[in-house]
Amino acid sequence: MALQTGLLLVSSFTCGMAALAMKYKEGRGRLIAWLGVTALLGLGFIALELKDFFDMATKGGVPMRSGWLSSFYALVGLHGLHITAGIVWAVTMMALIARSGENHHSKRVMLMFGLYWHFLDLVWIGIFSLVFLVGLA
Amino acid sequence: MSEEQRERRSYLVGLIACAAWTILAFGVVAMGVERGTAILIIVVAALVQLVLQLRYFLHLDFSRQKREDLQLVLFSALLLAIMVGGTIWILADQQNRMM
Repeated sequence: MALQTGLLLVSSFTCGMAALAMKYKEGRGRLIAWLGVTALLGLGFIALELKDFFDMATKGGVPMRSGWLSSFYALVGLHGLHITAGIVWAVTMMALIARSGENHHSKRVMLMFGLYWHFLDLVWIGIFSLVFLVGLA
Repeated sequence: MSEEQRERRSYLVGLIACAAWTILAFGVVAMGVERGTAILIIVVAALVQLVLQLRYFLHLDFSRQKREDLQLVLFSALLLAIMVGGTIWILADQQNRMM
């Protein structure tokens, strides 16, 4: 869980680096590379989350067990879906930029992606603080 | 310092500051601090991280040109507070009536 938090925080940073690579015209390669790193970090996060869910389920912690677990899976799973959609978006954008380069349109999409991705991390701060840490305290 | 360097530094500062507050929150749990104190520290750390990310990653501040963005975020926060607070209020009231 700490590792997941780290991955997401670093991915927020690399997402910022991608935005700067576009703004300061460092070239298509670097922009795509930063986006790729961001997507990979997101993928690592999802992999850890799925492993977590799987471990919990095999120990009997399934959503049907209690109201708390139902909410847990709904909340954390929804955030996972949010990230999955973000990964798909990042990959789509890498393909878009590889094909048609940086133009007015891709710049605007990139700005929107940046907002989306940073918000993923904002939501995660709320989740790991209130669900995990307060639960463990 | 050029605009570019300033922006790069902004992301780096945000990353390091956020990591520090995250480690603090995890550390409180790992060290087994007394529950009430721990929750207080975790909640404060979460709020600080939110503000840090808005400031350093999403570039929100109190300058005039960003006033509108700031108002947008604050208004979203208000709506969320009304929805979440209202839901908790209604559910708590419902529970009281069921008792």
